[in-house]
Amino acid sequence: MISTVYAVLFYLATFLMVAGVGMKVWKYANTPVPLNIVVSPAPRTKRGVVFRMFREVIFFESLFKSNKWIWLFGYLFHWGMLIVLLRHFRYFTLNTWWWVEIISPIGKLMAFAMLAGLLGLWARRIFQERIRYISNPSDHLMLALLVGIAGSGTLMSYVTHTDIINVKAYMLGLLRFQIGEMPSDPILMLHLGLVVILMIIFPISKLLHVPGVFFSPSRTMVDNAREKRRVSKWARNLPPLPEGIPAKEEA
Amino acid sequence: MAPLDDKKDVPMFSDYPSEIPKIQCGASLDTDTYKAYPEHNEALGFPGELIDNWQEVAIAKIGELAKKNRAFQVYLDACVKCGACTDKCHYFLGTSDPKNMPVARQDLLRSVYRRYYTFAGKYFPWLVGARDLTKEVLDEWYTYYHQCSQCRRCSVACPYGIDTAEISMAAREILDTVGVGQKYCNEIIAKLKKTGNNLGLNPKALRATLEDLEEDLEDETGIPVKIPLDVKGADVLLITPSADFFAEPHIDGLLGYAKVFHSAGVSWTISSYASEAANFGMFIGSYENMREVSWRIRQAAKDLGVKRIIFGECGHAWRVGYSFLNTLAGPFDFLDQNYPIPQHILEFTLDEIESGNLKIDKSKNDEHIMTYHDSCNVARGSAMGPKEGGQFDVPRAVIKAVCNNFHEMERDSIRENTFCCGGGGGLLTDDLMDLRIKGAKPRMTALQQVTEDHGVNKMAAICAICKTQFAKVMPKYGYDMDSIMSVHQLVANAVILDGQETDEADPAAAEETP
Repeated sequence: MISTVYAVLFYLATFLMVAGVGMKVWKYANTPVPLNIVVSPAPRTKRGVVFRMFREVIFFESLFKSNKWIWLFGYLFHWGMLIVLLRHFRYFTLNTWWWVEIISPIGKLMAFAMLAGLLGLWARRIFQERIRYISNPSDHLMLALLVGIAGSGTLMSYVTHTDIINVKAYMLGLLRFQIGEMPSDPILMLHLGLVVILMIIFPISKLLHVPGVFFSPSRTMVDNAREKRRVSKWARNLPPLPEGIPAKEEA
Repeated sequence: MAPLDDKKDVPMFSDYPSEIPKIQCGASLDTDTYKAYPEHNEALGFPGELIDNWQEVAIAKIGELAKKNRAFQVYLDACVKCGACTDKCHYFLGTSDPKNMPVARQDLLRSVYRRYYTFAGKYFPWLVGARDLTKEVLDEWYTYYHQCSQCRRCSVACPYGIDTAEISMAAREILDTVGVGQKYCNEIIAKLKKTGNNLGLNPKALRATLEDLEEDLEDETGIPVKIPLDVKGADVLLITPSADFFAEPHIDGLLGYAKVFHSAGVSWTISSYASEAANFGMFIGSYENMREVSWRIRQAAKDLGVKRIIFGECGHAWRVGYSFLNTLAGPFDFLDQNYPIPQHILEFTLDEIESGNLKIDKSKNDEHIMTYHDSCNVARGSAMGPKEGGQFDVPRAVIKAVCNNFHEMERDSIRENTFCCGGGGGLLTDDLMDLRIKGAKPRMTALQQVTEDHGVNKMAAICAICKTQFAKVMPKYGYDMDSIMSVHQLVANAVILDGQETDEADPAAAEETP
């Protein structure tokens, strides 16, 4: 029963996340950029922009320059989560890939980096008056959700080990559209349930910053406005303006 | 600098330029700018007064803009409320009003977008801070979107580059669309459409003004330097803010351009039809109006048969010129393709200095201990020269070529981190004077630091709005109003024209530039 419920949830969540984010990406990609609004100083070539975006995505360069605390906590959280996520490949592949083996020990530790980052961000949201002012309930809930996922995962890694062999078997089954037996461990159920929620809300929440960062014209455009004209489709359909100068109305 | 004896009129400096105040809710809620009269709105193609179905129209307009402008759509979605921008706005630093924090300013509109266009906002508004669009919300938009100078300092700080200027421009366009325009911007655009410049100066008056200035130049130098108007067949069309024709220290900049063109031996002209570089269409976020204003430049260039277009010292005009003009009024295939289209007067002057065409006596500026204020639209919305960051380096190179004394202000307040003067983005109006004084605080604090540390007594700028703003607010901070200078004013001081008699100084002092 539980196995089936979770299987359905997983398929549903995956579908909603992929379709939802896909639709958003399609929308972003197909919305015109009527003017060159790159924030300068900006690269003058496409390669330069790729390098700029690489620095933004890998190092959070702008955030580093603008706020060291948010950068520190954000960086711990995002990189912690990435390594932890990559480590999770071992539960989805029959023979664990060699590089997953290599990062696995670090991955286990990175859960603490992730948690520390999340708690740091949350503390700022609660105690820093400017950030408290701009926070909505959803901003706290998002942190609660991620702390819940990271916390329950860490618990299973370090305290109450779940039946990981059978979890893996269940997951491998799902990947082949076969619903096996999921261990009915409450912490595991909590962990996976929260992950399902996260996947479902991904395309309808601020998690859209993940695709959004790649579609932000102020960062992704090339500084070439004097050389390159760009007239969007709707602008091309504006009524033409009159040629020439009207006769002088000099007094 | 004037002594700070008249303390009661002097606002408090901060301890350092980006000192963060404690938030005070509603601190600048009452700071409102005058609304436009119906005829101003109508001249721009907007309804004269608040229309009956404004709510419906405004909501539809949000959707329309999200479809027409990727930035607007992505910026509404992508913010994670990390807070990195919260201490970056000069109006927040100056007023302490939390709604002047960039993210909070965006949220005024984002909350409405969420309510009508997102799943979470439609079904769980309380969860994501979504709000119905009420009259109170509309009023709040009017108030706080007219406390944003669209300077983009917050965008630099944002991990996703979210640009509050884009949101603020969209908000003003939505307001205009339902018949709520701002008097200052809309009246000026209406005037420009009628006369060709923001001042409403007709060609005759303009000609008389320029002739007066030519006389002044001849009195000063003994050389008949021309400021040509509507000369067909000139090489260069100069597009400069109309403030250069009548305001101080702008005029001194115009005299500088005239001297440089004269020394360079380039034939140039101003156009009475396009006698304005400023394009307030940008401030109100109206592509159509911005295009219409830009179109005049194209027509003037064609009509006069010029080969090049050069822009004078004006911040947002240079953003429109550099970043938008080609798109709005191009292609400029009828101009000489060997020069940048358009070119900035500083690019032109630096070329002339570097190729040794100008005779310069730097000592003429020795009484000035200079610093340089990067204007926001030039710094973050445009570029100059062939290299990345030229918009910072070209003006400094020119200043250093004509002055002996130059000191930078704090790193966090210059170049891409520059603070707005406090009067940009269509806020340079007397009814917002209180906001303008407060918004100038970070810049004035940075200036005061270099005054204390290095005895700096003058600050140069290349934006008509910055110059007017500082001439007005500097006295409130204990500086003389002429502590703000045009960069080309410094050039004008130092340039020695061919055949010009250099009084008292021996000719050897006037060194040729390398």
